[in-house]
Amino acid sequence: MKSNEQNILNVRDLHVQVRTPEGLSTLVQNINFEMEKGKILGLVGESGSGKTITSMSILQLLDKKRMNIEGSITLHGRELNGLENKEMRKIRGKDIAFIMQNPMNAFTPVFTIGHQFVETIRTHSSLNKKQAKELAIDTMQSVNLPNPDKLLKSYPFQLSGGMLQRVMIAMAACLNPSVIIADEPTTALDLHNQLLVLRLLDKVRSRYGTSILLISHDLGVISEMADDVIVMQYGRIVESANVFDLFDHPEHEYTKKLLRTRPTLYSQKQPYTYML
Amino acid sequence: MSLLQVKQVSLSFNSKKLFKGKDLSKKVLNDISFAIEEGTCLGLIGTSGAGKSTLGKVILGIQRPQQGQVLFQGYDIYNADKATQQKIRRDLQVVFQDSYSAVNPRMTAERIISEPLENYEKLTITEQRKRIIELLERVGLSEKDLKKYPHQFSGGQLQRINIARAVALKPKLIVLDESVSSLDMVTQSLILELLNELKDDFGLSYLFITHDIKAAFLISDTLGVLEKGELIELYDSKDQFFSSKHPIVKRLRDSILAEHPRFRTLTTKANWVNTNRLSKQL
Repeated sequence: MKSNEQNILNVRDLHVQVRTPEGLSTLVQNINFEMEKGKILGLVGESGSGKTITSMSILQLLDKKRMNIEGSITLHGRELNGLENKEMRKIRGKDIAFIMQNPMNAFTPVFTIGHQFVETIRTHSSLNKKQAKELAIDTMQSVNLPNPDKLLKSYPFQLSGGMLQRVMIAMAACLNPSVIIADEPTTALDLHNQLLVLRLLDKVRSRYGTSILLISHDLGVISEMADDVIVMQYGRIVESANVFDLFDHPEHEYTKKLLRTRPTLYSQKQPYTYML
Repeated sequence: MSLLQVKQVSLSFNSKKLFKGKDLSKKVLNDISFAIEEGTCLGLIGTSGAGKSTLGKVILGIQRPQQGQVLFQGYDIYNADKATQQKIRRDLQVVFQDSYSAVNPRMTAERIISEPLENYEKLTITEQRKRIIELLERVGLSEKDLKKYPHQFSGGQLQRINIARAVALKPKLIVLDESVSSLDMVTQSLILELLNELKDDFGLSYLFITHDIKAAFLISDTLGVLEKGELIELYDSKDQFFSSKHPIVKRLRDSILAEHPRFRTLTTKANWVNTNRLSKQL
């Protein structure tokens, strides 16, 4: 197996099949990609193209009784595919963090955010409660979340979706994982919150050097964030390229179609440039 | 005369705190006035919690405002007699964001679309079926989808069925409440295209409620910006949105994501040497 020092996560020849009464049905096939330290890899595709299946197979969250996962997924050279669930639980959250589309469903409503935050930290480290809380507040401050103390005492339903998603990112970042998988992190949010969440992800990336797998169907999100892009269609990768190359010279017909059909604000002449 | 006129509508939700009797009323809409002309589309942009959907409900006649009037074809929809109200309901349709919760999971596509026809038009079974097939084909589905249930469709297909149901009675105005927001980009542009075609075919008017500025630009003729229950700006042409000096419009404009990586606003330089103080102890 070839191993590259730069690459944090390697996915080689990933095939996922599901067993149905009619036989095996392929969900994704021939997925190959690698993630470098501090880079954001964008994963684009319409619904049903296998984006989420790919991310779930990295985390080994698919039901092994029903699914066949073939191929190799290595994190720092360690093979993840086929790992025992017990071992995998140590990796999830600590080495690979996951940010879901809907933050409202990702927290349990019966405990405070602080409780869940501290629980996550303590599961993966030897810190005591007080230190864990300190780390939580520290992380939240470093990602510019207002009033960390107050936030930790509140329940998930007391916060707005955008705020909760930002807390979720802080939680994902606090254990300094090497990879964050963000599955459509902004789809449920409005425009302003979307920008805040994306800025935060970018901040986490630049501060902690985390590699981010950013799954989205919004080409705006991809063009704003990604360094490299993978385009998926019908469970296959149809094109993978640097983000500039992809937007300037799309090669595959499907990518061209995506870029052509998206709604745009500006006629080609002069793009409206905005300042921050 | 405008097709729809909204005159100084205000609405607040009142609730009293249990036991303490403290008044917790919240102003959701504040003195909103605008009009939609026949055959045009008004795009209504706003962040979540701005009151967009509430305004949509007020226009549909579901939520009575405390002050102000909503005039549809000159009739006040909250003070009309039964017969007029029935007529208004026929000409005023809606398509919601969540296509699955907008249909009955135990009905086939045929029954879903036949409901408005049964209510308003006396058709024979064969005529009705013919109409439904026509509608299905118009929105890009086919005859073999007649007997399918909602769970057998994808989100985009189901949204097409919702649109077919909305246009079945050839209404005058359709309120599109975040109708394309939960769809992926390919489906989204297809649905927007379909809506544009239907608008020309049937001479429809739309109220397009969204937080997606790009989608609003693609379909609307006029634009309005709603923030905290107030209609802060109303534009006759879309270009005015870019020249506006209003701070909230400016903030919205700044939140539009770059269309090309060259124009991205996030350009943080990586410096991951200084990791968190405590995380070193892990």
